[in-house]
Amino acid sequence: MSLLAIENLSLSIDETPILKAVDLSIEPGEVLGLVGESGSGKSMTALAVMRLLPDAAKARGSIRFDGTDLLKADEAAMCRLRGDDIGMVFQEPMTALNPVKTIGEQVAEGIRWHAGASRAEAEQRAARMLDRVGLPSQKFPLSRYPHQLSGGQRQRVVIAIACALKPKLLIADEPTTALDVVLQAQILELLRELVAESRMGLLLISHDLAVVTEMSDRIAVMRGGEILETGETAKTLSAQVHPYTRQLALASMHVPAGRRISSSLEGKVPPKAAEGIAEGWRGAGKTTPESGFESWRTAARTASGPSGHLPFEGGEDVTPLLSVENLRKDYPGARISLFSKQKPFCAVDDVSFTLAPGRSTALVGRSGCGKSTLARLVLALERPSGGTIRLEGEEITGKSEAELLPARRAVQIVFQDPYGSFDPRHRVERLVAEPLGLLRPAPDRAARRELVAEALHQVGMKPDDMQKYPHEFSGGQRQRLSIARAIITRPKLVVADEAVSALDVSIRAQILDLFSELNRTLGVAYLFITHDLTVARAITDEVLVMHEGRIVERGQTAAVLDHPRSEAARALVAAAPDLRRAIATKMREQG
Amino acid sequence: MIAYLAQRLLVAAATLLAASLVVFAMLEVIPGDPARLMLGMNATPDALEALRNEMGLNDPLPVRYLDWVAGMAALDFGRSYTYSVPVIDLIVERIVVSLPLALISLALSVVIAIPAGAFAAQRRGRAGDALSMGAAQLGVAIPNFWFALLLIYLFAVWLRLVPAGGFPGWSAGIWPALKALLLPAVALALPQAAILARVTRSALIETLGEDYVRTARAKGLPFGTVLWRHALRNALIPVLTIVGLQFSFLLAGTIIIENVFYLPGLGRLVFQAITQRDLIVVEGVVMLLVATVVAVNFLVDISYAVVDPRLRAR
Repeated sequence: MSLLAIENLSLSIDETPILKAVDLSIEPGEVLGLVGESGSGKSMTALAVMRLLPDAAKARGSIRFDGTDLLKADEAAMCRLRGDDIGMVFQEPMTALNPVKTIGEQVAEGIRWHAGASRAEAEQRAARMLDRVGLPSQKFPLSRYPHQLSGGQRQRVVIAIACALKPKLLIADEPTTALDVVLQAQILELLRELVAESRMGLLLISHDLAVVTEMSDRIAVMRGGEILETGETAKTLSAQVHPYTRQLALASMHVPAGRRISSSLEGKVPPKAAEGIAEGWRGAGKTTPESGFESWRTAARTASGPSGHLPFEGGEDVTPLLSVENLRKDYPGARISLFSKQKPFCAVDDVSFTLAPGRSTALVGRSGCGKSTLARLVLALERPSGGTIRLEGEEITGKSEAELLPARRAVQIVFQDPYGSFDPRHRVERLVAEPLGLLRPAPDRAARRELVAEALHQVGMKPDDMQKYPHEFSGGQRQRLSIARAIITRPKLVVADEAVSALDVSIRAQILDLFSELNRTLGVAYLFITHDLTVARAITDEVLVMHEGRIVERGQTAAVLDHPRSEAARALVAAAPDLRRAIATKMREQG
Repeated sequence: MIAYLAQRLLVAAATLLAASLVVFAMLEVIPGDPARLMLGMNATPDALEALRNEMGLNDPLPVRYLDWVAGMAALDFGRSYTYSVPVIDLIVERIVVSLPLALISLALSVVIAIPAGAFAAQRRGRAGDALSMGAAQLGVAIPNFWFALLLIYLFAVWLRLVPAGGFPGWSAGIWPALKALLLPAVALALPQAAILARVTRSALIETLGEDYVRTARAKGLPFGTVLWRHALRNALIPVLTIVGLQFSFLLAGTIIIENVFYLPGLGRLVFQAITQRDLIVVEGVVMLLVATVVAVNFLVDISYAVVDPRLRAR
């Protein structure tokens, strides 16, 4: 009998159906990957198993765990199961722990509650569990508070809480989505070990197909509250019988049309020749599963769009768009006592680089490496502690707001969160027109409207959208709006801070296409800040690898990602989940 | 932590300094000669001049300000113009009534409000929530002197459990004195408790939506336990802020209740001093209240850090 058997589970909230006849099962010691885009019902399925659904939710069907029907169990019985036989790990480690309780208290609490252990005994077991998840008590005493730990360390604490009583089933809902790739690899490894150790069943929920493929024995693909396909991981993904599975796989590996040539042949082939290759590629009718569609688009683009977009090598003959020299940013250290402070923290340490006009550059690195600080310095939102930033040869460091106007016009930003970056009470017209205040002379009402309409058109939105409010749009459309806002001043450089990492893979593919297209039509250069190497590979010509405030490696994107030289870059590449590689490994494992 | 305390202390000191300047300047602006007020309209110019010299009224402004501040630091607030006794004696006589009254009402308010707020938050949207918050609404809306009259009618006139008013003094024994303060304390506490219960409820409802509450539920703790163990402490910051404000109000803003119960408290002292233009008494009481408010706020700031370890790191 299965450890967990979900049969015909339907769920609705206020008459809105959320789950439709979901069937899933997990055996002891098995890892089931549940993959799907946001809103597909993955988390609701998990919460239904935990019976932690919102009050308004109504569930039908059956969820049998270890012989009991959870949907029929009363709250007291559920409290006995939760945390004891079923553990759960959540997505956001920064908020999943109570900020006013020590990690020892929080891990020991469940042990005391379920096992009736004394305080001392529970703390001893908590210490052992924390040691097991990689937080030895010599370095991380039980008296630490969550805010004294990093995101990765906090997620280890959450895993310790969930696994403290050796549950039979662990549910991990996007356990690594908020972490950088290196931490992600570590946490996934830890989960794998815990599963192997105690033959725990693991329900791993993720939107990331590569992560799920790497981890799971079987995979279930979910969309719109339904399970579309379920089966052995290797078979399911290699066959890609279901069109949606295939679509997800394609979108995860998506590279905007035209870019695949430029990234592999860049600098070696003149534009005309590259076009020829594109033609030839199409002509040869080479159709691997993911490239048939691609080559069609490439051909369509190269035929219609201007062809001179291929990035040039070197560029010593022109003034660089942006040149940064010996840039440094220190933050004052925390005060330890009335008279002494900790050493200042150097977030950006002696960084120099140049960006050429029209090129797109990735800035990659682990979280906390200083990439966002560097972006804020480039955007002149913060003053550097030392060094200079020149925009088209003109220094912008130490200038007044009025003198910065032209620079602000030339450099715009797209933020990560398409939900948080708009004032919900303003209409799109006003939101997108915001940067127009930087123009001199300021455009009048009619001109503004025209510019907004044009910007909306460029990002593939309709002029009617001007009168709507942000909540009327989906995440992907909102990200289009933030791009419209960024390009409305005709900037020469757009800084994109994790601009696609909050989006689902298929939406992400569309937005990457848009970025690529605007690069071609408007000649705008990008500085892509990302921890996702797939994105870097898909859209950038060059990559800067940042580690502990320094740029440790730079070069052509493909070259750096295929043959990283610095240790930091090697670690990033090794840890980055890669769908192709994961499928290949699974194929070997599962035959 | 030390830096946080030092910073809070500095703010407290600056507030006191600013308040003393404002109070001093205000009394300088208000017309009227204290010496004439003390000696009456028929005093001779010589006698007036002598008294003014004695009181230091002829010194330059900065000297007088410094004298006044130095005096207060030594608890010398000057002499009342009307009663000719040291202001500090008047204040002490009243504060032994007002301070216990404020403390008792505050304790009552907290003891009623936090369980009521938690009760309502736990049953959010259900009958218990509507009922307790309806009661709280009434508590805020009904003026406290009306409560006071009802309480007097019920407990003093009808049940004859406590005196209807007046204060026998602590010399009459602790129990009779406490009995005299009981009804006024309840009358003061009810509206405060009503406000505090609403704050507690909304703060709790907000924290109950946090991720760590879900984590605690996933551990297998029942909802009520999670509320008391995990959510309440996180919801305390706004509650503590309101408690601090309520204490300052309860110490001096109680004139109506003092009048209803005929209690010799600080509120009535200030009221009388104002009507009699005994400005030096007003000045003394105001400065004392400012000092109390500043001290209470300092305590509240410390309690934030006790509740939330993240503030200790600063």
